[in-house]
Amino acid sequence: MAAPQAIATRRPRLAHAMLQSAPLLLSLAMLAASIVVYCAIYLASQHRLPGGFELTSTVNNTMPLAMAAVGQSFVVLTRGIDLSVGGIIDLTNAVAAVAIHDSPASMVGWSLAILAIGALLGLVNGLLVAVGRLQPILVTLATLSIFQGIAIRVLPQPGGAIPDAYGAVLANVDAPISLIYVALLVLGWRVFRRTRLGVSIFAIGNDEPAAAANGIDVRRTKIAAYVLSGTFSAAAGLFLAAAATAGDATTGNSYTLTSIVAIVLGGVSLFGGRGSAVGGIAGAFVTSMIVNILFFSHIDPLYQNFYEGLFLVLAVTAAAGIGHYFRRRA
Amino acid sequence: MSLAESAGAGQPVPAIEGVGISRAFGGVRAVQDASFAALAGEVHALVGENGAGKSTLIKILGGRIRPDAGQVRVRGAAVLLNSPHDAHRLGAWTVFQELTLLPAMTVAENLLLGREPRGRLGLIDRRAMERDGEAMLAGLGIHHIDPLALVQDLPLAERQIVEIVRAITQDPSILFLDEPTSSLMEREVAWLFGQIRRLRAAGTAIVFTSHRWNEIVSIADRITVCRGGTNVGTFTEIGEDEAVTLMTGRRVGSQYPPRPPAPAGETALAVRNLSGEGVHDVSLELRKGEILGIGGLAGHGHRELFFMLFGAQQPTGGEIRLDGKPVRIASPRAAVRTGSGIALVPEDRKTEGLLLAMSVRDNMSLTILSRIASVGVIRQATEQRLCRGIMEMLKVRAAGLASPVGALSGGNQQKVLLGRWLLADCRTLLLYDVTRGVDAATKHEIYELMTRLAGEGRSIMFYSSDAEELAHQAHRVLVLREGRIAAELDGTGLTAEDIVAAAMRDRAA
Repeated sequence: MAAPQAIATRRPRLAHAMLQSAPLLLSLAMLAASIVVYCAIYLASQHRLPGGFELTSTVNNTMPLAMAAVGQSFVVLTRGIDLSVGGIIDLTNAVAAVAIHDSPASMVGWSLAILAIGALLGLVNGLLVAVGRLQPILVTLATLSIFQGIAIRVLPQPGGAIPDAYGAVLANVDAPISLIYVALLVLGWRVFRRTRLGVSIFAIGNDEPAAAANGIDVRRTKIAAYVLSGTFSAAAGLFLAAAATAGDATTGNSYTLTSIVAIVLGGVSLFGGRGSAVGGIAGAFVTSMIVNILFFSHIDPLYQNFYEGLFLVLAVTAAAGIGHYFRRRA
Repeated sequence: MSLAESAGAGQPVPAIEGVGISRAFGGVRAVQDASFAALAGEVHALVGENGAGKSTLIKILGGRIRPDAGQVRVRGAAVLLNSPHDAHRLGAWTVFQELTLLPAMTVAENLLLGREPRGRLGLIDRRAMERDGEAMLAGLGIHHIDPLALVQDLPLAERQIVEIVRAITQDPSILFLDEPTSSLMEREVAWLFGQIRRLRAAGTAIVFTSHRWNEIVSIADRITVCRGGTNVGTFTEIGEDEAVTLMTGRRVGSQYPPRPPAPAGETALAVRNLSGEGVHDVSLELRKGEILGIGGLAGHGHRELFFMLFGAQQPTGGEIRLDGKPVRIASPRAAVRTGSGIALVPEDRKTEGLLLAMSVRDNMSLTILSRIASVGVIRQATEQRLCRGIMEMLKVRAAGLASPVGALSGGNQQKVLLGRWLLADCRTLLLYDVTRGVDAATKHEIYELMTRLAGEGRSIMFYSSDAEELAHQAHRVLVLREGRIAAELDGTGLTAEDIVAAAMRDRAA
């Protein structure tokens, strides 16, 4: 039996959990705050509260970014970065527009095939980074362009037709069923954290030589992280296709940056080993809420990027400040 | 595992053996044709100066790095160790000198890394992990480390203990301990030695390195001396003087140089009622040419005090005066530039101050670049000459001024950092436990250097976890307890026992 008086001085489990997931809690608080501000501005301009329609469209609009952010999290947690997220979304979105036909077999079969394509593209990144020992930023910057080029080749003009039934499942406009996917993502992440791969990804992001000294296969873990990132980017491409009911080989370009923005807002450290994909999902929703807020504040869409950038700097500065404050008190 | 008998001469087959091992980093030969063998059920100490190749040899036998030449044999069979994992599978575990814990993960996660308890669906059972981690610590008599705490929040000594616990709970048949005691207090060392004796009785081959001679003789069955990257002899009985002679290849005189007379000169640094995190109401004066020792148990505010004087941590109250003028030290950069300059050489050289990938020269000249530049361009000849001079004075052992600092041994990295501040001509030097984990010969060089620098009129404030050292080196010793000055002791006739007694005396007394 352990000495009881020594145990008594310890922090309770909940206190540990709160302190150790402070960045995640912070991002959830940020999400709550942005929802409140959005509702207030909506109320002021529309004289009613946002309802089911607003909820459904916000969730549908955010799903692709949430998927891309989860994918990006895997790589950033290993202390890498995946700039090819946009290119993978472009390419998978283009393939979806060209290939998916209005039959259940086609829809299911091609969805799986497109996810596999995403995994394959991620594998290319992973092999170059882990086996080729190249810098992640260089590898994925190069493959970004390559994937974008292939996407244009697959679908030179925006178009193609995504069956309505497909849209009804992935981006239903009548009911916020996409919330189910959000729940599945969160649940899936919690499960993933309890797998060997999950532990290994955090371990090599923490300290790669130390992880290797502990017998973790650094090479295989990195490859897996990029494969996961590619797969989730492909899912983002599918959600985009479903929402737009068509394809566009340039639709994913902005997601390289916004996926990084989302995970930073979600408290994932760009130095690896610290953070949660759940934070990335929250960050994706915060980004969407900001776009909504800017829209209802009647801000010129031309200035949207300007305000988004401004907000990002403020949010990250505030998060760092609050984090610093709590660390000093702990 | 029973003692394996060899086929031939009746000699036992070593549990692990390295034959003709060589390994170079850049141009520096870290290990050169070294051979070493450890038997099951023995404690085998590896001793040698910093840079003698002990750590490299252990890394090779532990599978962390591959040798350029030579063979590793485990229980008589030649093996190729491509990773620590290969060594683990053969039962060989290592406690590395630079710890290999994952900082942002909990103690329990670190202890159970790679052997996590599984629950339903083969998923890691976090509650069981917490329980197992706690049980592992408690089973080895450790109750003060919280299994749910993040490793990055633990003090160095506790991190060292977690690293040791992780290795010895793997039931190793071969255990390497590289400098396991350098950050441990006496009681923790006693705990470790108890564990080592238990493992030895169970037939584990234990290889360990230490710079503390009394530790070595108290636990080691055999001692192998290394010098210049190779083994120069293995002994069951050897005296310290003889070992030091072998280690250095020359005879070292008395360990401590004669102390220069205490200066009566003017005050260089005056601190009044300094308070802040971990430091309470500290006042002290440091005279020119004085070596002021700061003693006490680890974790009683020494680090914080040194960091505040160097501007790396901000006090909440009090006053610092340098050469009579009140100063505010907002950052280390400010400390170096304030008046005659305050410089800190910290214990943890790898993370504080040195740019490991850059050369010895770049690291030394970093803070004086503007002084040796004309129109913004560094005058290379001047830089070369200044750095060469310092390198020779400090006896930095490196292939050249252009070698990356990361390729040097720990003690030599420390010298490079000290060299930087001497180049910047800082008159007040804060030396924080600079001799920790440093071999006897290098320690002696550091003592001589301190004496010499003090003789030149520089002021030295010197914290050491080794009370013996403070008693011999300092003109005066201030003992900190719970962030306050608990005692001021005069250096003349001072003994280590006096310092320890002052540090331990409870508050009531």
